[in-house]
Amino acid sequence: MHVFELSFVAAVLLAATPVLFASLAGAISAQVGVFNIALEGQMLWGAFAAVAASYYTGNPWAGVLAAVVSTAVFALVLAVGAARWKADPIVIAIGSNLFALGITGFLMGVLFDVSGSFSPRGLVGLPKMQWLHDVPVLGAVFGGQTALVPLALVLIVVVGLWLLFTPHGLRLRGVGEHPEAAASLGINVPGYQFWVTIAAGALCGFAGAQLSLGNVTVFTENMTAGRGWIAVAAVMLVAGRPLWLPLACLGFGAAEALGFRLQGVGAPQQLTDAAPYLITILVLVLTRIRIPRRTKASLTA
Amino acid sequence: MSDSRASWRAHPAARLVDAAARHPAVVPLAAVAVAVLIGGVIIAAAGLDPVTAYAAVLAGALDPDTLDYTFSVWGFICGMALVAAIPLRMGEFNLGGNGQLVLGGLAAALVAGQSGLPPLVAVPVALLAAAVLAGGFGALSAPLSTRFGIPIIISTLLLSPIAVAVVSYLVRFRIGEAGAAVAQTERFPEGARMWAIGDLSYTNVGLLVVIGLMVAFWLVDSRTAVGFELRVVGANRRFGAYGGVRVGRLAFGAMAASGAVAGVVGAIITLSSPYRLIDGALLSPGYTFAGLAAALLAGGRPALIPVTAILFTVLQVGGAAMERSADVPRQLSDVLQGVVIVVLALRTVIDSRRSGESGAR
Repeated sequence: MHVFELSFVAAVLLAATPVLFASLAGAISAQVGVFNIALEGQMLWGAFAAVAASYYTGNPWAGVLAAVVSTAVFALVLAVGAARWKADPIVIAIGSNLFALGITGFLMGVLFDVSGSFSPRGLVGLPKMQWLHDVPVLGAVFGGQTALVPLALVLIVVVGLWLLFTPHGLRLRGVGEHPEAAASLGINVPGYQFWVTIAAGALCGFAGAQLSLGNVTVFTENMTAGRGWIAVAAVMLVAGRPLWLPLACLGFGAAEALGFRLQGVGAPQQLTDAAPYLITILVLVLTRIRIPRRTKASLTA
Repeated sequence: MSDSRASWRAHPAARLVDAAARHPAVVPLAAVAVAVLIGGVIIAAAGLDPVTAYAAVLAGALDPDTLDYTFSVWGFICGMALVAAIPLRMGEFNLGGNGQLVLGGLAAALVAGQSGLPPLVAVPVALLAAAVLAGGFGALSAPLSTRFGIPIIISTLLLSPIAVAVVSYLVRFRIGEAGAAVAQTERFPEGARMWAIGDLSYTNVGLLVVIGLMVAFWLVDSRTAVGFELRVVGANRRFGAYGGVRVGRLAFGAMAASGAVAGVVGAIITLSSPYRLIDGALLSPGYTFAGLAAALLAGGRPALIPVTAILFTVLQVGGAAMERSADVPRQLSDVLQGVVIVVLALRTVIDSRRSGESGAR
């Protein structure tokens, strides 16, 4: 088994990309003080919308567009409920995750008359960047990927720098840091929370589209399978520093890609499925071992 | 304008309407009504007939021939509602019910699979083992929260798939029936099955166990210091800590109890017909989230759980019948559960608007 070859790097990146998009969504929500755990359901809806639109139009990019727009609309529930009306974002998210699970299964039955999974012959996936094949290194890593994979990395850097170095980014961070102080400076706190939550929905649309039209070309019931929760954990892990997200998500991607390889040599799928969760929780614990001492110090100071 | 409104408010009939609108049952009932309406719109938009669909749900769930089965499901959903309600009382979410459920099933299967245990011992020992294993697993989330700052809602969700995967692996490769097409254990011996009530084939003593657990939670919640501490911490964690409640220990106890109840429910399902631990069978009905929805609808109040559980039992059992006879996919049950939960979350808005109206303004 050759683990450290470029095809493995490509596999890691592929597995990590949906989580990257979703974790960026979670990170910007966290920056404005919205605890967004609706990522899982929004990603699932995005995956379904992408497949449905690609199937009807024959154009996978129409699928991406449909996923991004409709998931942003889907996020309205959380945006209106949590940002405008100050309802509990956790309860709304639990409800909307269940809703997404139900409605995607329901629509699959009603629209396509199938249950479980939908992969008709006419379904077109996103094109791979074949033209990169001749470039050394980059070709091996990105040649078999969709354009959404580099987009995720670029978006994280752009958003991270935007948060750090622009006035709007500063205000946005202020909203999460201390809403009352931000409001006293004339910043429209609910407005920032509202639009960031909508933008997070759009990012989850990208995550879903990459999952169902990029990683594979099929929609299966509950196909996100906990990736939204891994993204929430990644957000906690980087604790408000979005530029670190790729590292956290690539860790998950590595666990999943390694799992596939281990299955190839006979490891049972049940155990490799558990690996990303186990690693996530262990890493969360390891990075937080110091924290109790630090809070104690700040209490006495 | 405000004058006429004020005088209308003073009218006795208006005061009656006002008092009725403030009744605690209004919000849950409204949530259910909104969910049923939205569900109807979705069914109609799909080109199907909502009235036929809902009639099929009711007919399927309340069919006298299968009422025995419906009752058993009600027991499971009540149990899983308890799993959600215990930590909810102190403001925490246990979303790892699936993992705790299968661990309970595993423990019960391991005990029940031992031949030679006397019937009077096998079932209680199996339930106890399930409670200990799943309770311990649930309790893991408390130190993860208090010592490492990982919220209980996140750690339960991340731990659950690990337990599910391990149990699935064990059933498939280690303790399963050799040569069977489905990953499942062998049928448990006669003496290690849940005690029957009369000649009912689904409802058994397990239902009484769940009812006992609900009564116990109601007593603890309303009559003991621990129940009071739970509710104080749920209302205001820092006030609770200031008042001397050891929040960490309370969370540990609540999560252990919650996990233990889930384990007992898993054990009851496993020791009931068809008397095997079958891979995936504990999870596919979605008891965990039906229970959570029932607990949220009850506002975590123990006495209301049996009532709200009825609704989700009807949806769960009737959903399958609806799919058969009205051709509406059974996933509609999940859609309705989701809508009920979202509407309940938005209730705070109605509450605050209402209090703003009648308050000092």
